[in-house]
Formats: sequence, C-alpha cells, structure tokens
Amino acid sequence: MKKLLAMLLCIAMLACAFAGCSESAEEESGLSASPIDAVELKADYEIPEDFKIGFICLHDENSTYDLNFLNAVDTIQEVAGLSDDQVVVMTNIPEGDECYVAAKDLVDQGCDIVFANSFGHEDFMIKAAKEFPEVEFCHATGTKAHTEGLANYHNAFASIFQGRFLAGIAAGMKLNEMIEAGEFTAEEAKIGYVGAYTYAEVMSGYTSFYLGAKSVCPSVTMEVQFTGSWYDATEEKNAAEALIARDCKLISQHADSMGAPSTCEAKDVPNVSYNGSTYESCPETFIVSSAINWAPYYNYIIGCVVNGEAIAADWCGGIAEGSVVLTGINENVAAEGTVDALKKAVAGLKDGSIKVFDTATYTVGGAAQETYTADVDTDEAFTPDSEAIANGAFDESTLRSAPYFDVRIDGITLLNEKY
Amino acid sequence: MSNPKKTHSALFHLVKRAPLPWYWNLAVRAIAVVLALVVSAVVITLLTQKNPIEVYSSMLDGAFGTELRIWSLLQNIAILLCISLAVTPAFMMRFWNCGAEGQVLVGGLATVSVMMFLGGKIPTPLLMVVMVLASILAGIIWAVLPAVCKALWNTNETLFTLMMNYVAIQLVAFFLKLFVKSGSGILTPMPQYGLPVIGGQSYLLNILIVALLTILVYIYLKYTKQGYEISVVGESENTARYIGVNVKKVIIRTLVVSGALCGIAGLLLVGGTNHTISTTTAGGRGFTAIMVSWLAKFNPIYMVFTTFLIVFLQKGAQQISTDFRLPSAISDIITGIILFFIIGCEFFLQYKILVAKSGKEAK
Repeated sequence: MKKLLAMLLCIAMLACAFAGCSESAEEESGLSASPIDAVELKADYEIPEDFKIGFICLHDENSTYDLNFLNAVDTIQEVAGLSDDQVVVMTNIPEGDECYVAAKDLVDQGCDIVFANSFGHEDFMIKAAKEFPEVEFCHATGTKAHTEGLANYHNAFASIFQGRFLAGIAAGMKLNEMIEAGEFTAEEAKIGYVGAYTYAEVMSGYTSFYLGAKSVCPSVTMEVQFTGSWYDATEEKNAAEALIARDCKLISQHADSMGAPSTCEAKDVPNVSYNGSTYESCPETFIVSSAINWAPYYNYIIGCVVNGEAIAADWCGGIAEGSVVLTGINENVAAEGTVDALKKAVAGLKDGSIKVFDTATYTVGGAAQETYTADVDTDEAFTPDSEAIANGAFDESTLRSAPYFDVRIDGITLLNEKY
Repeated sequence: MSNPKKTHSALFHLVKRAPLPWYWNLAVRAIAVVLALVVSAVVITLLTQKNPIEVYSSMLDGAFGTELRIWSLLQNIAILLCISLAVTPAFMMRFWNCGAEGQVLVGGLATVSVMMFLGGKIPTPLLMVVMVLASILAGIIWAVLPAVCKALWNTNETLFTLMMNYVAIQLVAFFLKLFVKSGSGILTPMPQYGLPVIGGQSYLLNILIVALLTILVYIYLKYTKQGYEISVVGESENTARYIGVNVKKVIIRTLVVSGALCGIAGLLLVGGTNHTISTTTAGGRGFTAIMVSWLAKFNPIYMVFTTFLIVFLQKGAQQISTDFRLPSAISDIITGIILFFIIGCEFFLQYKILVAKSGKEAK
C-alpha cells in the first residue's frame, strides 16, 4: 500500500513539475526597433498549382544557423502564397551522399527548385544538378557556380559584412561609453572574437566587425580565438572565457552555439551576437545582432522559375534587398545614440558613401593595401586568381557571392589558427 | 534463511523461463510491436494533434515510397549490417568492441588517401586492389591494437576501443586539414576513382558485397573450428584454457576479423558511396551496430532483420519530420518508444513474473 502511495505521489510531483514549465510569464522586451527598415517582400509572380520547392538543411531548428533558413521558409511561404504541399523541408541531411539522395528524392517529388544550405552540400548538389538539367539547384554559401558552367546550378550569399560593420559600430560606441565612464583607458579598448575556422567567411566577418568598431573608436584592437567547429558550445564558452581573462572588454562571435553569449552574460561582459537575437537569455549583456535573411533570395529564385527567367550564377543580397538585417538594439546595454548612429551608417552604406573595406581605414604590415589577389575561383591548389582591390576598397562579394576577404590587417591578433 | 518469519514478501518475483516454442516467441514480439504502435499513436496525438495513421503511412512512404528510397534503404542496411557483422565475433567472445566507429573511419581514411595519391597514377584495377587492401589493413590495425593489449596485459577493451574512436576522428580531421587547403574542411569528392558501378545502380555493389559477407560470417561463426573457439572463450576463458584453446591467439585473431570487416565498411562508405570523407562519415553507425548485434543475439541472419528494423525506423522518422514539419525530436521519441518495446519484450521472453499472493510465501 505504501509503495502504491509513493508511486502516486511521484506521478503527482512530475505532473506539477511539467505544469510549472508552461507558466513562465512573458517579459516586456527592452529592444528598440531595428535600425534597418524592414524590406517588405512582394511576390511579382503567380504561383502555378504544380509548383514545388524543396529545402535541404544540415541540422534542424536547434541550430541557430539552420533556424535562420527555416524561419525564412515560413516567411516566403506566406509571401508567395505557397501551400504546405508545395514546400518540402528536409532537415538533418549530412554533407555526404545523403545530400545527393535527398536532392534526388526532392526531384522525384516534383520539385522545380532544390535549395541546400550548407557549404559541404555543394559537390553533391552539383552532382544532382548535372543529372537533372530541368530542375534548378540553388546552394547557399557555395563557391563553385561561377566556374562550374552549369545553367541550373547557382550560389547565393548576402553582404553580411555590411551587417557586421554596423554591429561593429554599436560595439565601438559601447567601448567609447565605457572609456568615458573611466572603466579603462582608450588604449585598453580590446575586443575578443570567437571564430569557427580561419576561413574567408569568418575572416571577412571579424574584419568588417572590427572596422565598424574602429570607425568610431580609433584606438580599438581585437583578438580572435578559433574553435575549429561551427557548433561547439563548450569550446565557444572556453574561448570566450579565455578572451575575457585576457582583458577583452567586449565579445562577439561567429559560431552557432550559445557558448559565447551565455559566458558574457555570466561574466557581465557586453556581447554582440550573430544569426539572431540572444536577448531572451542574455538581457544584461546583449547589444545587437546581425543576421542574413534568406527570404529575399527564396523570393528571387521562385520569381525567376515561375516567370521563366534565368537565375544568376551568383546572387548576393544586401541591405536594400532585405537580405542583411539587424535585430533591435538592447537599450539597457547599448551606448546612448546607437540607434541614430546606426541609421546614419545604414544610409551611408546604401548610397555608397561608406565602404566597409575602404583601404584608407586599414593597413597591412603598416602599409596601405593597394593590390590583392584573392582566391575566387576554386581549384585544387587554391591559387589566388583575381584582383580584389577596386576604387580604393576591397571589393567583397562581387566577384562571387561567398566572401573571399582573407587579409590579415593590423590591429587584429589571431591567438590560434584552425583550418 | 535464519529467520523466515521476518522476511518481507515481495510484490512479485522474477523466474527464468524454460525456452518458449517458436510461435510463442513470435507472438510475444508481435504483441510488443502492436503495443509500441499504440503507445506511439497516443503520444503522437497528444503532442502534435496529428492523425497517427497518417504518421505511420508517412513512415512506410519514407522507407518504400519510391524506387530511390528503396535503394537508399537497402544501401543503408548494407552499411549498418556490415559494421554489425564486424562487431559480432568480438561480442560473442565477450570482447566489448566499442571502437567500430573509429575502425570504419580509418578504413575510410585509408581508402580516400589511396584515391587521392594513387588515383590516375596507376591502372584502375590495381587502384581498386590497393584501396581494398589499405582499408582492410587500416581497420585491422585499429582493432588489433586494443586486442593485443587485452591479450598481453588484460587492459580494459571497452575504454581502449572507445578512446581509439576519438583518435580516429582527430586523425581524419588532421588529414582533412592537410588535404584541403582552402580552410573549409570539405574534401571534393573523387567519383572517378570510386569502386565500379555495376548494373547502372550505384548501391548494388555495396549490397551484394555485404550479402556475401553475411553468409560468410554466418558460416564462420557457426560451422568452423575458429567460430567454435570464439564461443568457448566467450562462455568462459578458463574452460577454453582447460580444453587447450590459446585464448590470447583467439582474441587477437578475432579482432583481426572484426577490424577487417570494419575496414571494408569504411571502403564501401568512402570508395563506394561518398567518394570523400569527413569526421562524421561513419555517422554513429559504429554504436548503432552494437544494438543491432545484441538484438539479433549475434546471429548474422537475424541481423538482417534487426538492421532492417533500425534503418526503417530512421528513414521513417526522417520522413515524418519532413511531411509534417515536426521537430526531429518527435520522430526520435517515436523511434525510442518502438525500440523500447522491442528490446523490452526480450525480457518477457526470458523471464516470467510471479505475483506473490498475500499470506503465502512465494518460493
């Protein structure tokens, strides 16, 4: 009898514990509106009844990287008026033969467009593209479309370096505020950056972030610690802790876990995030986050296919297209006037008066950079092949959509290297 | 017992059963599957408000819906079965080989290295031979190292083989860094140096090779002297020694077999399917294989069915999350429930529960 009673009590306790979960009260958000005006997507096409689009994602909604793509799928479904049957989403597809099988499966299901979201999917997408010339294959972050010469294979990215630059301005202003408050001297202003790999996409990201900060806080320096993984909560936490221990006053990251932001929250160090807001879990330290919105690209490719137009081999959306977005600014943490300053910078980036990689704003080995040959066309030896400096700035993401800025500029110290 | 009056009477007792006739065995398993489906249906309805019948038909569709899916199902069965066959001789010997993941990876690494450095430089038939030998050799080295240490110094093979997995993963990461200079860590596939495609079906060769291996391992374990020695060592090392079996030799020899089969799995994965390698190429199959092998009670023929069950559940689960846009956790829950019942019913096949009647002492 006693045992029965104990068991019943246990069940009752569990039930209460679960009920408790759903009762958390919603807190009022302390975020401002985004400094970038939302771009409203319009569908200038009529979706035929037999239209279908398929998406291949490396992970699922638990990864901030993939969540970004999945949220955009929801947006485009609404904008284009696609029914649930016209959108097929396959998650957790590894970067191997599984991707090729998934792409073929999507073609089997009648998809007119197949989209894949991870760098390692590229070769398997190309394999499928060669097999099914009547289906369009679009791939985010890839580098081979402009050299592969396939009419139905395309790459896409966004000028996220512009978003990073804006986030950098917010970071620089925060450092200025802390310097003025006497927390440390201008010479001690140092940013810590947790990066995934020593790879152009990451290097372009942290350099543009640094240049944004430097544009308002000229004395700032930066240290970068690489983790060697796109998603490793422990390594990212360790890296953030190491950087804070090295007296970094502000942390940002390019890796997909909550490792760095939550370390900052625990240590009360301001954090600039990536891929989306971390305000919910880090309300005391989150400043702002830049992200890529993939919905404009989805809208573009659907429009092309429905209207019978060709899709560009490389497509890189910017602020004007709504591809580069910023979250709202956490006014409890950000310096005063950040929103206005960012709005001004957005206008400057849009009309071209501000260039992120302006060669007048950085030096390499103490000298201004006048010429640089970047590795744009992928070959086996990874030989640099294209001149990337034009009109006094490094021309990022115009020769192909994926970033190729991999210059090591003065002021940024790499603590390690992970390829 | 010294004081029978003070013993508590337990609510129930477990008693080992005599072996059941085959139709009872089958019936209990059928009941378990039905119960699993009913419980999953309840969970599906409660959590997602979807019609469970639709969810189950989506699972079937995911596994058998199209010709492509059936080929993909067979290919996945082939690879998992190959690794399960590999761990089985070691398990029968009560040698806990948890290192299949690493053994497969080094087999794959050896294959990809041969493709990279010899591809195009030597005639294709010779290239195939070198690939096969290299992958088998790499698998053997990875499995024999823990076996030698176990045989000579009685080290703990579970820990040893587990740790060898991490070494293998890091080795792959290291060589990827050497092979790929762009920093992206993605090695471009080399289908031109892959294993030959027969009958226009890229998975057919893999499937045939594993089918052949299944029969060979079955014969090896059941009808050869070496197979018999393995089961004797598994039952009791002392007995084995008493009847004159060289236990050390058996341990090392068995792990050579185990490692060679894992190497072949690596060869099929890299040379036959992916034509490239990453640290996740084995995809956890080295661990799933342990479950496959145990569920089939180390019988290679039963293993075909248990592998089918696991791969079917994986494919079905994938299709559920695609069709209903559910988080993959939901399909994992369903897979978990079904496996729980199927593994759980093994318990009821071996034991019966006697409920103690009050007032009487259970014997």
